[in-house]
Amino acid sequence: MPVIKSGAVVADSWFRLDDEAALPASGDIVVSLDRWQRERDALLARDGGLGIELRSDQLADSLGADATLFQLIALNFPKFSDGRPYSTARLLRERYGYTGELRAVGNVLRDQFLFMDRCGFESVEVATDGHAAAWAAALSEIEVFYQPAGDQRVPVLAQRHALCPEMRAS
Amino acid sequence: MPLMVLTANRLRDGEVIYLAQDSRWTESLQEALATENAEEQGRLSALGEAAVEALELVEPYLMPVCRDGDNLNPVSQREIIRAAGPTVRRDLGKQSEQGPSEHV
Amino acid sequence: MYRYDAHDQSLVEQRVTQFRDQVARRLAGELSEMEFKPLRLMNGLYLQLHAYMLRIAIPYGTLSAVQLRKLAHIARRYDRGYGHFTTRQNLQLNWIKLEEAPDILAELAEVEMHAIQTSGNCIRNVTADQYAGVAAGEIEDPRIYSEIIRQWSTLHPEFSFLPRKFKIAITGTEEDRAAVRVHDIGLRMRRNLKGEAGFEVIVGGGLGRTPVIGKTIRDFLPKQHLLSYLEAILRVYNQLGRRDNLYKARIKILVNQLGIEEFRRMVETEWAALEGGDLTLPQAEIDRIAAFFVPPVCATTEAAASDPDPDYALWARTNLAPHKIAGHAIVNISLKATGAVPGDASAEQMEAVADLAARYSHGEIRVTHEQNLVLPYVKEADLPALWRGLQAQGLATPNIGLISDIIACPGLDYCNLANARAIPVAQKLSERFAALERQHDVGALKIKISGCINACGHHHVGSIGILGVDKKGEEFYQITLGGSADENTAVGKIVGPAFAYDEVPDAVARIVDIYQDLREKDETFNACLARLGLAPFKEKLYASH
Repeated sequence: MPVIKSGAVVADSWFRLDDEAALPASGDIVVSLDRWQRERDALLARDGGLGIELRSDQLADSLGADATLFQLIALNFPKFSDGRPYSTARLLRERYGYTGELRAVGNVLRDQFLFMDRCGFESVEVATDGHAAAWAAALSEIEVFYQPAGDQRVPVLAQRHALCPEMRAS
Repeated sequence: MPLMVLTANRLRDGEVIYLAQDSRWTESLQEALATENAEEQGRLSALGEAAVEALELVEPYLMPVCRDGDNLNPVSQREIIRAAGPTVRRDLGKQSEQGPSEHV
Repeated sequence: MYRYDAHDQSLVEQRVTQFRDQVARRLAGELSEMEFKPLRLMNGLYLQLHAYMLRIAIPYGTLSAVQLRKLAHIARRYDRGYGHFTTRQNLQLNWIKLEEAPDILAELAEVEMHAIQTSGNCIRNVTADQYAGVAAGEIEDPRIYSEIIRQWSTLHPEFSFLPRKFKIAITGTEEDRAAVRVHDIGLRMRRNLKGEAGFEVIVGGGLGRTPVIGKTIRDFLPKQHLLSYLEAILRVYNQLGRRDNLYKARIKILVNQLGIEEFRRMVETEWAALEGGDLTLPQAEIDRIAAFFVPPVCATTEAAASDPDPDYALWARTNLAPHKIAGHAIVNISLKATGAVPGDASAEQMEAVADLAARYSHGEIRVTHEQNLVLPYVKEADLPALWRGLQAQGLATPNIGLISDIIACPGLDYCNLANARAIPVAQKLSERFAALERQHDVGALKIKISGCINACGHHHVGSIGILGVDKKGEEFYQITLGGSADENTAVGKIVGPAFAYDEVPDAVARIVDIYQDLREKDETFNACLARLGLAPFKEKLYASH
């Protein structure tokens, strides 16, 4: 399925590995949390990118500090109304210091993309690739941000009181 | 099978509508096509789904009615109110345009 | 009251543009109803029985005369010339067309209003004491913090898809006119031993299917930690609230399931990581917002005026409340005329109230969660003239807090979710108890009516609560007794089997008769019930049934 990143459809090298399939010697693979917990050493030892996909009920604490071991973390939205991945995303970024690619997969709507972006998602897997421009446009529909989130946008409070960046960092 | 009509709300303005003859949608329950035939009811439901796709309406469903002489009356209180308008404002809703029908 | 700066104004305008585009995409078929529904809900637009319904936000129930005039204009132009004030201090319009909704939002934006997050699984309108700023004994105006929370919660990227809706209420006094203990989060302002102002934080209260009185999660939260602490609570709820069952998804279920000790431990753990970070409220922002809420009146020695008309005395007896600033009064405007639809106001009445507010109340109006209005800054010298102005519009019914001051949700006359009608039950009871002498004899008694288990009429916290249910296709009503939404919050108890639609007025009349027979001295209905228990009421009510 197409992946949108930075406003365009990008070539995606990541491959979802079934829990029962053998580990390939190379290549970028995405595994489940179950598999990660069972085969951690083998997964860390192999060549190629390491990614993980979390279900919405698998929260940030299920990875914890291990998050930084991955190059890709995909968070699955089983229904677009399931808002757990927004918290998971923020905690992975802000609490556990994850700096790799954070991708939204599953049932996702373009109208949620600004929220996702603010929470630290940088890419999204979409159903059809015809709408990359629309997804990008969603990011500039609202330009006023009342609350700090995981992103670099300056919240209104900081602007009103000219708070210096040092005060904002936690 | 009970006597049923197909009803929905118009997408653009939320008005309550019913499926009449010739796949036409009407604002008046009295013009609705009522049928006891299961196959026919299935056909009505399919027409409702098609109208959703055609962006005419939302949430179509079959609702029971009964005949009283020439009139079609809803069976449930909810549908009576939906067909007529609020019981507490007789000057509003369909009841104000069409004149009084069955009231509670 | 709060005035938008450029940031606030930009937000509402951008929101209108965004919604206009979403409506266009819906009407063009680019969005399915399933995809569009959460978007329209987050702009307050429901599909109801007769048309779309728009719930316009009135933040913490405060309105300016200019805003109220705009609401009257919108009611006329886009609706059927009236609106309904709700139990969460908002305004509902019942005859809206989807294709006109963006234009309505654009008009609202012109007067610093919106319908953002008045529905959907997000943080809703923060409600507050309708006497905020002018009630004696207030620690600080709770609307300062309501506005701060409003901004923080608006388009919050992490909390826009919660397990369920989220309602917050704040009170600044010991008297709780905001029902804080039956909200998802209730905040009660208080002072610590050093005299500093802060909040008692209460979580997991709520009405609906399973009424619960909230539990204190923190006795004292200093002001600067308000947002970081709320963020911690919301984050725990967002992650752990149930997603599998709509009826078990509110935070009250989670708090119950974990127990308050464990829930508190989780929140405090999360908060430990947030405390002192960029959600800490700068005093400069508290001061900036507080400046908007300083009452625009000063003490006056201008003599209070009166009117020899006996109706004036009756009105003054019930509809005025003491003001903290000498020479002034808080004026309650009753939207509960005998036989009227509770909480409804015509466009003409709205304009009249706006004019009276401009003239006598420094242009400010409040909406109460009991579906009435308030003018908060009236000089005692102006009361008779104001009263005459209200009388001319049928807005001077002298019944605030009395039995005919009934709360009722829209019910089956309007609402898709309802099982039974609520408004005509209210109207019949209002007429039954119209005689003022009787009403005063009965004293303080709140009748609250909900047309379904969602309890938008707050029936659980009525002295007499009435819940409409569907029994084999007929409208039946379950009666509860002894509820209270004030600082002695209590959930009413079911008195016995439900009554048919036609039986309700007699049943309620019987209950009131029983109370008057059994009461001692001046005890209120709730006090009498507390003393005697349900048994005598149940026995006598059903004796001839």
